[in-house]
Amino acid sequence: MKSVEFQAIYIMWLRQMKRFVRSKSRLVSSIVQPLFFLFILGSGFRVATFAEVDDYLSFLAPGIIAMAILFSSMFTGISVLWDKQFGFLQEVLVAPVSRFSIIIGRTLGGATVALIQGFIILLITLGLGVKISGVFGLLLTFVFMILIAFTAVGFGLVIASKMEDFQGFQLIMNLLIMPLLFLSSAFFPVTADPRQLIPMDKICFFNPLFYMVDGLRGSLIIGTATVNPPLLDLLVVLVVCIIMMGLGSYFFSKSEV
Amino acid sequence: MDIIKTNNLTKNFDGLTAVDNISFSVKKGEIFGFLGPNGAGKTTTIKMLTTLLHPTKGSAEIAGFDITAARDKVRQNIGVVFQEPALDIELTGGENLEYHARMYGLNRDKRKTRIDDVLSLVDLEDKKNVLVKNYSGGMKRRLEIARGLMHYPTVLFLDEPTLGLDAQTRRAIWNYIGKMNKEEGTTIFLTTHYMDEADFLCDRIGIIDHGSILVIDSVTNLKNSVGNDVITLSCSDMVKLVKRLEEESWISNIEQHDSFVTLGVEKGEEKIPVIIEIAQSLNIRIKSISVRKPTLDDVFLHFTGRTMRDQEAANTARSVPPRFHGRRR
Repeated sequence: MKSVEFQAIYIMWLRQMKRFVRSKSRLVSSIVQPLFFLFILGSGFRVATFAEVDDYLSFLAPGIIAMAILFSSMFTGISVLWDKQFGFLQEVLVAPVSRFSIIIGRTLGGATVALIQGFIILLITLGLGVKISGVFGLLLTFVFMILIAFTAVGFGLVIASKMEDFQGFQLIMNLLIMPLLFLSSAFFPVTADPRQLIPMDKICFFNPLFYMVDGLRGSLIIGTATVNPPLLDLLVVLVVCIIMMGLGSYFFSKSEV
Repeated sequence: MDIIKTNNLTKNFDGLTAVDNISFSVKKGEIFGFLGPNGAGKTTTIKMLTTLLHPTKGSAEIAGFDITAARDKVRQNIGVVFQEPALDIELTGGENLEYHARMYGLNRDKRKTRIDDVLSLVDLEDKKNVLVKNYSGGMKRRLEIARGLMHYPTVLFLDEPTLGLDAQTRRAIWNYIGKMNKEEGTTIFLTTHYMDEADFLCDRIGIIDHGSILVIDSVTNLKNSVGNDVITLSCSDMVKLVKRLEEESWISNIEQHDSFVTLGVEKGEEKIPVIIEIAQSLNIRIKSISVRKPTLDDVFLHFTGRTMRDQEAANTARSVPPRFHGRRR
């Protein structure tokens, strides 16, 4: 790769950082919203008893971290649509920089922002007394966080390339992302029970978010029962990530202004 | 030397031909203008030449590089100022230029001096550290023009550079465009639907309508083709008068339109009494008559048979692919 490509990736990353730091409302809402979930769900469900869960807050924390990274990264992918509507995308596309570098720059920028948010939530949960595992577990957690971020940026890019405006985005959030998040074991465990209206324990295996949340939980928290061993989750998440990034790059490079 | 050369360039959108077999060339150092009503295919041509759209048919070369085969080489050689603003309003003016400079691979020293250079060219030095969202429309345009020049492009594309700006700002922008053409020797390709703009800036003009080029020539030659002076008149019986005037050899061309007639003549002031006499002898009442120097409006009228305004009304009614609604204003 030529050095101009690295410069381009760097400046695209820098632009996202600057925009993130300057956008106070985004900064606040991206931290406050997960905290609402953490405190309100954490307080409400703490009194309920789940067979597999010892401490509900420790159970919930990885789910909230995953959610924060997911939303933030998706937003980055979708924000290509902003650039499209504001015309800035033309400025990017007419530059002598490969489409590949443009995607890498945006993905790295979005992933960095998402990881910063993820770490802030992580620190807050630590402050609330959640017990986390050792160095290896923490490293594995980072890997999961990065993969979640990349996957979500890729997914956002797919949507942004296929959509012309923001109306479709709300639809996808409500009809796709929210149900998948609820079925991911982020907020409550997915276990078999005859009283359930739908077989949650089976559906979750078709849900990529489930592997992300399950893997993050398995690597971050000591002594929680997870459905899969973290390394199996890692494998699935890695495959999903590669597919999503591939699709995102493909659709983005095909889009014309 | 030809900086831009197109050969039967064509673009179709779902059955609608936006650009239809156009061939033209632009010489080094000149200001070349595409003049035509909205929806004539100007923006689509620019998007093809700047590698943002693939041509359906035909080819084009910029600075000797093919726009489809050597896209990166083409991109390296061009600067573009789009019709819609393409700035990041959350960044400062300086940061927008810095972004651009890095995308084009300028090194550190060059970046610094060049940013100051182009900012002073458009008189925005003191606004360098102001967020672009606080800029006025004219300042944004100037910043974009400065940005287009950052990487020393061989040719700068300007798509409707003064659209929606007030008269004073337009004047200023024209001066900047003229200045950079002279000082930097940049070849300029611009599109406009303002006659006065094309008149003021361009060395040569191509008149484009319905995706085809009707004529390409220098501004002076185009005006001369209409006549030294243009007399516009309306009267009670235009058909009769036109028939009579066609016998007069001193009229270089007569064109009858819906509600008026235009005549191309020499020394227009002296011809008005003559025309009135002729009309009176035929018992035709002249409602209004005027003489003026020909404008590009007359040229457009001459080649298309319609004024630009009529043409725009017609084009708006034509179907435009949905995704281009609101974009190709």
